[in-house]
Amino acid sequence: MSDLASDTKTAGQRANKARMRGLVRSVGMLPVLIVLGLLVQFGGIYFTGEGRFLSWQNISIVAQQASINAVLGAGMTFVILTGGIDLSVGSILAAAAVVGLLVSQTLGDLGIVAALLTGLAIGLGNGVLIAFLRLPPFIVTLGSLTAVRGLARLLGNDTTVFNPDLPFAFIGNGALHLGSFVAVPWLVVIAFLVIFGSWLILRRTVLGVHIYAVGGNDNAARLSGIKVWAVLLFVYGMSGLLAGLGGVMQAARLYAANGLQLGQSYELDAIAAVILGGTSFVGGIGSIWGTLIGALIIAVLTNGLILLGVTDVWQYIAKGAVIIGAVALDRYRLRGSART
Amino acid sequence: MSGSPDAKPILQMRNVSKTFPGVKALRNVELTIYPGEVHSLMGENGAGKSTLMKILSGAYIPDAGAEITIDGRTVHIDGPLTAKALGIAIIYQELALSPNLTVAENIYLGREARRGPAIDRRAMLAGCEEILGNLGATFEPQTIVGDLSIAEQQMVEVARAIHARSRILVMDEPTTALSSRETERLFAVIRRLKAEGLAIVYISHRMAEVYELSERVSVLRDGGYVGTLDRNEIDPESIVRMMVGRDLSSFYKKEHRPGGATTPVLEVTGLTDGKRVKNASFTLHAGEVLGLAGLVGAGRTELARLIYGAEPRTGGTVSLEGKPVHFGTPAAAIDGGVVYLTEDRKALGLFLDMTVGDNINLGVIGRDAKPGGWLDRARARMRSLDAIEAMNIRVPGPEMPVGALSGGNQQKVLLSRLLETKPKVLILDEPTRGVDIGAKSEIYRIIDRLAQSGAAVLVISSELPEVVGIADRVVVMREGETRGEVGAGTGVAITEETIMALATGVTIERAAA
Repeated sequence: MSDLASDTKTAGQRANKARMRGLVRSVGMLPVLIVLGLLVQFGGIYFTGEGRFLSWQNISIVAQQASINAVLGAGMTFVILTGGIDLSVGSILAAAAVVGLLVSQTLGDLGIVAALLTGLAIGLGNGVLIAFLRLPPFIVTLGSLTAVRGLARLLGNDTTVFNPDLPFAFIGNGALHLGSFVAVPWLVVIAFLVIFGSWLILRRTVLGVHIYAVGGNDNAARLSGIKVWAVLLFVYGMSGLLAGLGGVMQAARLYAANGLQLGQSYELDAIAAVILGGTSFVGGIGSIWGTLIGALIIAVLTNGLILLGVTDVWQYIAKGAVIIGAVALDRYRLRGSART
Repeated sequence: MSGSPDAKPILQMRNVSKTFPGVKALRNVELTIYPGEVHSLMGENGAGKSTLMKILSGAYIPDAGAEITIDGRTVHIDGPLTAKALGIAIIYQELALSPNLTVAENIYLGREARRGPAIDRRAMLAGCEEILGNLGATFEPQTIVGDLSIAEQQMVEVARAIHARSRILVMDEPTTALSSRETERLFAVIRRLKAEGLAIVYISHRMAEVYELSERVSVLRDGGYVGTLDRNEIDPESIVRMMVGRDLSSFYKKEHRPGGATTPVLEVTGLTDGKRVKNASFTLHAGEVLGLAGLVGAGRTELARLIYGAEPRTGGTVSLEGKPVHFGTPAAAIDGGVVYLTEDRKALGLFLDMTVGDNINLGVIGRDAKPGGWLDRARARMRSLDAIEAMNIRVPGPEMPVGALSGGNQQKVLLSRLLETKPKVLILDEPTRGVDIGAKSEIYRIIDRLAQSGAAVLVISSELPEVVGIADRVVVMREGETRGEVGAGTGVAITEETIMALATGVTIERAAA
């Protein structure tokens, strides 16, 4: 029986390695985030003479900037985990914000509900086309990226919708006061709740296991009795709902919504956050915490480049380069450890 | 145990070791191959056959100290291209063809015939026709590879190796997906290649094939070299003893008692999908192991998928415990107590990135869940630990990803998932495919125990000795129809001959009694 013992031992080592790999994956881009933060801080001291990055005020700004992208990224994580993609979240955000503001002008807080329902409805529409008509997610959401953008402009009469007395404006500008010193912006609170809720769904519910299963092997999922259509409907509905929530957050910040400009190319930032977070583009592997870190990296980068006085044009170039570089680094590192 | 003394070895591998971080996959392995011989390489899964072959093909670099010589000259195989240039070709279980290209394009892939900058299609077609003709292939060079059967695709791989002027051809379990007739055809090709002086390294779990084909057999166990048998020393018992290091008695042992007061559980009448299944009828009883035999392409898997609700049916009836049922989805079949083990566990069964525990529990997490769909993680863990113990799955814990397990253990995980749902009817499609000999006998024991406990088990298998060994009764399909049955209650004994007669329709057909 020595065969068995040695077999189990090597299997044990493999298991440890697998756990290590899991840890590496889940920590993922955290080191990149930390290094980036330090670079910005010391770069600031070196070039401008003061390190403004690591101040309470600035950190709070960065967190707020990251919050909407984190919410969209959470929805995108669900979708990408099933092996899909949702290109329409920026447009949905705009449509939901316009609807929310229009409704708030007469019905006040019900604007929030209206915005969320708008997002959910459009997301479910995507889901129906993908789950039942079996259309490719890229094509469906590429279509709704354009169509929903048009819808957003139509709903707002192609002008900016204002509501100076927005009853839920505190969401975008207020903060949750914990004691007399700590104040956490509501945007950040919402983003954190969304991330935490997503984690619960993904890791603690039957649905979560099914989401990973569908992304890992959709044929096997169907054969093992998983209702693949229901899972797809859920993830696209969720992505739409969270885009709607993003619309509420954005509208609350601005007291206004413009169907043309709001949320332009937000889908790309959301996708970038998910990919930076180590979620596999083919589905089945990934974590919501990674997405949070990905969203923070993007926000730190944007904020840092502004603090360092880099021009708008170069910000774009630098952002793109960091996204590609970080993912390349990740692949390289994982390839090293994945070889068995 | 020397080879033919009159010939010089074409390939010698000596002192080959391979260490992966934490695992010693090969320990001082040796292998000597002569031109014009079929040399079988045997060993349980995980014995190191694949690792050795990957070193030969340049996919892995061996540890320092390894000596590899070809025609007596020391070589360093540092990559797949070097291996190819040295005349080494490998045909893996998972064929490496481009399904969207034609046969000719695949054979010439990377070595396209050219006239100036353009591809010389005429020369390619002519070259292919010659090679294919020599191999006795019946398909055209212009055929799209995806339209060919697995056996024909294999022929394309062989043709590709010949075209590349390979002199050492490694075939890794080439017959797994072939019917008996296709296997015979492949053997004819192998013999022809051998006569032309190619050296063939043949990897297989099937003793009969190894016996039929090989000049010599080398056996690996746990990454070490056990020994090489010459033609006159080859017999199944000694090979098995060398492979597992102990005797395997009572390989097929039946403890369940078929017959007696059996009640029909699953009755299938005239089932058809209008395509691959034309007219299939059989009855499956409680406590019975029913074999479903037939050549590959006879429609067995398609029939199973029809019953299971994975494909839409166009006619016929299925009744479960006397009540007609029509499962529209696999989910409905599972709820009804009918489960199906796929023949392709990696593509259609397992979630390779997920843990062993998740894979085992996947079918029941819905039933186990607390209100609101929350996972009952403690219960899931108990279930996985119990299953790992009951099925003797070699894994340190349920949190291990299932993709890291050997074929046999993966199959036991998949089987556990089905068993957790407490099914009344199990349809097992090639339950021992790609599984080593130890796990095979364990799976037979599990099937036996299931029947003993009253479950109705339908086993689809292309391995005749397996069907003969474990089934109480065998239904045989040919060209989409059930053509008859042998075994208990039919008055015809279950033998490979009686099954083949029905499967091929060659001798006088016996209708079901």
